[in-house]
Amino acid sequence: MTGQKPALRLKDIVKTFPGVRALDGVSFEVMPGEVHALLGENGAGKSTLMKVLAGMHQPDSGTIFIDESPVVMTTPLEAKAQGVVLIHQELSLAPEMTAAENIYLGELPRKRFGFVDWALLNERSGAILKRLNCRFGPDALVADLSIANQQMVEIARALTVDAKAVVFDEPTASLTDAEKVVLFEIIRDLKTQGVGIVYISHRMDEIFTLSDRISVLRDGQYRGTLITADTDEEEVTKLMIGRSLDLSRLVGDGKPGDVVLQAEGLACDPLFRDIDFEVRAGEVVGFYGLVGAGRTEIAETLFGLRTPSAGRILIDGKEVSITSPRDAIALGISLVPENRKEQGLVLGMNCRDNMTLPQVDDLTAGPFVSGGAEIAIFDQYRDRLQIKTPNWRQIVGNLSGGNQQKIVIGKWLSMQPRVLIVDEPTRGIDVGSKSEIHKLIRELAGQGYAVIVISSEMPEVLRVSDRIIGMYSGQIIRTFTSDEVTEDSLVQAISGIGGDRQVA
Amino acid sequence: MVLTRMRASGPMVAKQGILLAFVVFLIVFTFASDRFLTVENFLSVFRQAAIIGIMALGVTIVVIGGNLDLSVGSMLSFATVLVVDLHDKIGPELAIVVMIAATLCLGAVNGFLVGILRLNSLIVTLGMLSAIQGFVLIYSGGQNVDIVDQAGTWFRFFGRGAVLGIATPIVMFIGLALIFNVIMSMMPFGRKVYAVGGNPTAASFSGVPRSRIVFVTYLISALCVALAAIVLGSRVMGSQNNVGQGYELQVLAAVILGGTSLLGGAGSILKTVLGVLMLAFIQNGLILMGQPYYTQWLVTWVVIIVAVWLDVAAKRGKLFSPIA
Amino acid sequence: MSALRSIGPLRWLIRNPIWGFVLLVFVFFSIASDHFFDFRNFQNIMVQTSTIGLIALGMTLVMINGNIDLSVGATLALAAAFAVDVQSWAAFATWGNWQILPAVCMALLVGILIGALNGIIVWKTGVDAFIVTLGAMLGVRGLVFVYTGEQSFYAMNFAYSDFSYSSVGPVPSLALIFILCTIAVHILLSRTVHGRNTYAVGGNREAAVNAGIRVGPHMVWNFMLLGFLAALAGVALSTQMGAATPNLGRDYELWTITAVVLGGTKLTGGKGDIIGTFGGVLAIGILRNGMNLMQVPGFYVYVILGSILIAVLFLDKQFNRRSKGEIRV
Repeated sequence: MTGQKPALRLKDIVKTFPGVRALDGVSFEVMPGEVHALLGENGAGKSTLMKVLAGMHQPDSGTIFIDESPVVMTTPLEAKAQGVVLIHQELSLAPEMTAAENIYLGELPRKRFGFVDWALLNERSGAILKRLNCRFGPDALVADLSIANQQMVEIARALTVDAKAVVFDEPTASLTDAEKVVLFEIIRDLKTQGVGIVYISHRMDEIFTLSDRISVLRDGQYRGTLITADTDEEEVTKLMIGRSLDLSRLVGDGKPGDVVLQAEGLACDPLFRDIDFEVRAGEVVGFYGLVGAGRTEIAETLFGLRTPSAGRILIDGKEVSITSPRDAIALGISLVPENRKEQGLVLGMNCRDNMTLPQVDDLTAGPFVSGGAEIAIFDQYRDRLQIKTPNWRQIVGNLSGGNQQKIVIGKWLSMQPRVLIVDEPTRGIDVGSKSEIHKLIRELAGQGYAVIVISSEMPEVLRVSDRIIGMYSGQIIRTFTSDEVTEDSLVQAISGIGGDRQVA
Repeated sequence: MVLTRMRASGPMVAKQGILLAFVVFLIVFTFASDRFLTVENFLSVFRQAAIIGIMALGVTIVVIGGNLDLSVGSMLSFATVLVVDLHDKIGPELAIVVMIAATLCLGAVNGFLVGILRLNSLIVTLGMLSAIQGFVLIYSGGQNVDIVDQAGTWFRFFGRGAVLGIATPIVMFIGLALIFNVIMSMMPFGRKVYAVGGNPTAASFSGVPRSRIVFVTYLISALCVALAAIVLGSRVMGSQNNVGQGYELQVLAAVILGGTSLLGGAGSILKTVLGVLMLAFIQNGLILMGQPYYTQWLVTWVVIIVAVWLDVAAKRGKLFSPIA
Repeated sequence: MSALRSIGPLRWLIRNPIWGFVLLVFVFFSIASDHFFDFRNFQNIMVQTSTIGLIALGMTLVMINGNIDLSVGATLALAAAFAVDVQSWAAFATWGNWQILPAVCMALLVGILIGALNGIIVWKTGVDAFIVTLGAMLGVRGLVFVYTGEQSFYAMNFAYSDFSYSSVGPVPSLALIFILCTIAVHILLSRTVHGRNTYAVGGNREAAVNAGIRVGPHMVWNFMLLGFLAALAGVALSTQMGAATPNLGRDYELWTITAVVLGGTKLTGGKGDIIGTFGGVLAIGILRNGMNLMQVPGFYVYVILGSILIAVLFLDKQFNRRSKGEIRV
């Protein structure tokens, strides 16, 4: 790539917020026609860097160059005009407007008297959508589009200008595998047109499929750039967390005990059907499958959040009826939900109150909540899970993602459950905390809990599970023991290819 | 409504802004009128504040639970007309029982629609505001009602009587405030209301019976209205059929002034008491200074916006909103 | 964009259920009352609805923005007071009927200023519009009382109150003003850049900010438009009464919000249109008029309106519930 000018170059960018040096002299460049992955743990400064790039934040010092000429971008619109476009992780679309209006949001073509020039708008955006092979027209209402198609609208925005660099921020977070393929094609297409791509993602597999180079941030500092072809996950991880990560399989030593939870022919139309499985005390069962395969929905059914349309749930061999989370809790089932912030925590409440919420009725002295009993529980699980918080009065919303997740886990452990279901236990958590949580899950099984782990990350399921259930499209395709499972066979099971359907 | 979710503690000034403003007003009025800082005057302010105060306690709990209750105004009309009208027909004891039961039914309708059916509380209670006003008019045939034997009934105790020398409305207001404060800050129910208001989904996932909690908050609000109606009916010994019109917004103003967030999950009963008293003292002080009664509306306008502004500003760390 | 373009009339009706309701009550009263289906009565309905209708037009934009304005009733009263009072100022004593012109201009200006004040406070302080305008609702009413000294003003110039009886061809002037404003605001909302941005600001404020839409001034414009329309409604109402009373327009904010919500505008913002709002206004107008003609006491209108409001909310929720797999939380 020598001799070529970088499409976008950052030099010694410094950005401080009150009390935090979010970016500390970061330099970074992306060549035309290159996919440059940007990696870092949560809080490493990726999102700040991105916002600086998109004109949402002004750097305290340092320079941004586009085609090697220094530029100042004070608004996203200005950045876009200069050819730098940000594709947001969370969709930034207005639902009750058409695709065309969203594509040209803020820059609708005008006629006289402030009227919108519909003909021009639809013509231009129609052409862009065609270029992206979209199957909907410019006048489709965004609210009526699928998530993937909404993402296409978002990407189409990048093509309204002569983009020099496009920044993708975790674009695949809400996409199915088929939709990912389309996205990757588009990225490659942009690449061949000489656009520089900055690709931010947590998913190593994507980064290794797509990128040409990988740059790593840690604690707001630039840690180095690697050529993708010459490196591997281990090296990248080491750069990210400053040490190498133990990815070895964690398997229990003891023999699993009796069957605690059993599902027979469980179904919830149209989400899943014919689900048979069992979980024994001291065992970790992993549920692996694509988003939408029905894993989370099974957990929600076991926890009384959905009504099954058929089948039975048995606890200790006895059939039970679970119609609400309260029933589930009474039966000793706990669910650490998929979405920590929306389902797991009351962010404005303090740590202690969050942790004791499910059992606040029982922690009473007379008619009053017993603060002492609550603090005792909090202290116990803070120490056991090594939750880093100044004291129990800390508002949960102020903690880091990993510590928040531990509060949720602590909440459910303190209920002394027999069955612990953890859904995406490490989503959005940095690599360091991840392995801690994996160890914790194994320890819990060692102490006799029956644990179900639901995850979309294969390394995670492989690492912690004694048995793995592969799901595809609402059905169990195959159950693997930890000895027989291989990555290939697992991938086949969850993509619906081959694999004899076996019942546990 | 787009509200910015906020947390983090701001500086002391803004955090206790309402308390400070309260003190400032007291000082200003003390200098402006020598009749202001007297025991009689304070008791009279408390007494006048009691009706709005009792209602505000209930609404505070609804708002902490993440909802609004705009129907309390016409519900007050309903309850007052009912208790006054029934007083002469079936006697005060039965009248009070029937009225409380009927008012609780209205609260249950609110609770059912918002708590169980999960409909938007602003619209539901707006609809109820209109519907209940209709019920009152239908019931009363558009006539005002009153109690004939005003001196002879023990019903006068609630509005005109006293307990240990303190007017009954004050005793009821302060007593209820203390009880509710204990419920909200020390009992499991209160904890669950905060949880449901703060994050209803997470509360559900923690086994908190969200629908039931919201339902109960509306029952509490209705109960407060019923008690306020007893005081009002007893004080006036009669009732116009739209007596509670506009109360919903005054009540809400007091709750907001007390620092309870309309987003739910935050706020406190005692601060609402402060909000109620502040509005009452502004009204009283201005009148003592010889201002017409409506100047209090102008002052309230400024006070509400400044109070909430400071609160919001403290939480975001900037005085002005960063929106371009 | 225009809802009718790509979908059939049946689906259009499903998306705008209020017009189904309008049709229903229209047919019902036409059959049930001898006096309802009559051109003069239609004229009445249009005049009667014009006041709330004008405010509802502006309220639609403010609510699509994700804001709300509770101070419109008080604004209406203040504007009406100015409109009636200014025309009798000594400065305009020799102007003849032209004295009405500065009075009306003054009234409209007051409305615009109050709208601007609300909007600027919402923009600059970041305090929720519900709270800001709740304060203004009390405060502006206070201004009305200060200005009028608790007295009613009566229009001395009879040309002023005669205006409410005038008509252009078969259409009463007040109804015409309302219809013209409806068309103008509809075009503004559906065809202009400002109107389209209204949906962006309410539907996804952050996206609007990032797209370079100046959200603050945008919201101020809409508050000003609403203030203008509320003032216009105040003028219209005071011509009908030939007077301005300090308590004029009480509860109008509730009626207006009811009409707008009936018309399908979402309280959370981002959704709604003028066609729906017009339907909501008509529904209320026809209901009140029809029940009046059938000599149902006015009380029942309150009950029915409240019930309809809740029913619309309930049906909306049923229709829009995601068909598959909603979690029971």
